[in-house]
Amino acid sequence: MGKYTLRRIGLMVITLVAISFVTFWIIQLPPGDYVSTLVAQAESRGQVITPEQMAALRVRYGLDDPFLVQYWNWISNIVFHGDFGQSFAYNRPVSTLIWDRVALSFFLSVSTLLFVWAVAFPVGIYSAVKQYSPGDYIATFFGFVGMAIPEFLLALVFLWLGVRYFDQSAGGLFSPEYVDAAWNLGKVLDLASHLWLPILIIGISGTAGLIRVTRANLLDELYKPYVITARAKGLSEWKLLVKYPVRMSLSPFFSTVGWLLPGLISGETIISIVLSLPTTGPLLFGGVLSQDMYLVGSFILILSALTVVGTLLSDLALAWWDPRIRRRYQES
Amino acid sequence: MLQTPTSDQTTSRRLDPDAPPVLQLTGLRTEFQLEDGVVTAVDGVDLTIRRGETLAVVGESGCGKSVMARSILQLVDRPGRIVGGQVWVPRPASTEVERARGRSRRRRRRRETPAETTVAPEGMVGLIGADPAIIRAVRGKRIAMVFQEPMTSLSAVHRVGDQITEAIQLHAPMPKDVARERAIDLLRRVGIAAPEKRVDAYPFELSGGMRQRVMIAMALSCDPELLIADEPTTALDVTTQAQILELLASLRDERGMAIMLITHDLGVAAQLADSVAVMYLGNVVERGDLAEIFRSPRHPYTRALLRSIPKLGQGRDIRLAPVRGMVPHPFARPSGCPFHDRCDSFQPGRCDTAPPPLIRDDQGHEVRCVLYEEDK
Repeated sequence: MGKYTLRRIGLMVITLVAISFVTFWIIQLPPGDYVSTLVAQAESRGQVITPEQMAALRVRYGLDDPFLVQYWNWISNIVFHGDFGQSFAYNRPVSTLIWDRVALSFFLSVSTLLFVWAVAFPVGIYSAVKQYSPGDYIATFFGFVGMAIPEFLLALVFLWLGVRYFDQSAGGLFSPEYVDAAWNLGKVLDLASHLWLPILIIGISGTAGLIRVTRANLLDELYKPYVITARAKGLSEWKLLVKYPVRMSLSPFFSTVGWLLPGLISGETIISIVLSLPTTGPLLFGGVLSQDMYLVGSFILILSALTVVGTLLSDLALAWWDPRIRRRYQES
Repeated sequence: MLQTPTSDQTTSRRLDPDAPPVLQLTGLRTEFQLEDGVVTAVDGVDLTIRRGETLAVVGESGCGKSVMARSILQLVDRPGRIVGGQVWVPRPASTEVERARGRSRRRRRRRETPAETTVAPEGMVGLIGADPAIIRAVRGKRIAMVFQEPMTSLSAVHRVGDQITEAIQLHAPMPKDVARERAIDLLRRVGIAAPEKRVDAYPFELSGGMRQRVMIAMALSCDPELLIADEPTTALDVTTQAQILELLASLRDERGMAIMLITHDLGVAAQLADSVAVMYLGNVVERGDLAEIFRSPRHPYTRALLRSIPKLGQGRDIRLAPVRGMVPHPFARPSGCPFHDRCDSFQPGRCDTAPPPLIRDDQGHEVRCVLYEEDK
């Protein structure tokens, strides 16, 4: 097992090197660079940037260096100094920018996740056990509707409902009177009264999807011979369900659970923009628009690293959960 | 591991014809409601197994023998449904029922008991429509089952020892280490080498034969009165098959339990059984003593089945005689006697109009065929 983990970590490092390289290459692909964005912005304001100024800016940001040099400067700073570079647009270190927003993204993702699990697992299990019952049809109906409606549309509808009928401020985290207020109970309550909406909106499609997946996985297991064996022992239906088919049906869940890790900080871009939430999503989006290459590159690198780590954690979790997988690892 | 000793034993076994029944089926009917129609897999089966008796239920694939076996403990999955008849078993002690009930803390609503048309035989209780706690008290404790596919019938993610101790602790509360010791004893008894080590193995670490031994150990863990073995050797190679049958025979003789052996293999039946029930399309068409059935089969279907077995010393140019025709499509069940369209003794106007009567001779040999009506 230890040997397997070590080998996986080795492969992980290689993967990350490849990803960082490709990431850096891709963010340089579009024509132009941050300076041309600056020029365009200046022109729209009626100002002019002279070619000399442009050249000076290019030198300052190292934009004329060969690709490999730029890449090396970027990656060596990350690896050796933990320095993700400077954001052009914000003129602040990328790491500070991201950290500022990670807390909220993280909180939002975790609450959403808990909401999704708390709803989807029981409903999915019920739906499978009582297949083709009215309850199953209702769950299926909401499952498909939830998966089919785009999140941003839901967000808009909820915003409208909130403003029209519940007299809530549209979007954001706080009501106007609390935005600049110091933290107190009122502000916390205000935050809670704003946060449930994004949690619900982001959670709905995840819940709908997970209900369907749980139902399908469990239906695959419910009528297997080992369930009949357990029933023939005299186990009660509830204990039987939890111990055998449900446990078995969670294997696919464990094999993907690690992908949640990058999701924790990716910050639901579209919803955050629609609901004007200061998560990491809009930050990344803005960076891409203005070709803020260190911001975007570093952010994508962090997400990729989390994805790779998450995949490893998933595989280890699966090995812990399923002895058949464990044995395969030990043999390889 | 020759097969002869078992067959010798069979002939020398003396069965008490007045032993109390451990299972009595009356008019058991199980249907599968499919989209294209209803398939009656078990169509009014009456059977009795007495204490210590080994009954082989034989028939072609699809004749309903497995569904019948599963119907006994109500293990038929949707869309299968038991629609009629009753399964009588000796009434379990009320302490056992209460223990089974205690396991599910929430009280379930009682299923509606079907209007009991027949009075319960003395000391017996009907399982169909019974309180789920009664059914659970019978499952595993009074009647245990061994299934055909030992790989898929064991949970792949639980250690075999845990699966056995679970069964033990369900019906006889005891500390975990005591139950574990019992599990090891059981594994040793069913012939697994190094049981102290194997008890912690996962099913996928064992061979097919060993898995089936584990299944048997699990079934025996609560000392059942009746073991239902549903094609227990079908998935195994011939050598292992002989060993498993040998094991079943010795366990039976040691514990005095009854066995219902479901098999399509008349050879397997001959090795283990005291009596045979021949099933065709959900009906028991003939039932009687093993030797009697092999010596003088009465039902045309039984005769055809026996003709289809190769015999040792048979000339090499003699062709085997398979049963003529095909098992009819389940939706196109022949009227009257279900076998009439494949029968050599078909009597038009008689066999295809009404179900044949049950004829019973003095030795208790039963057959469902009009051919024997005159004898009465």
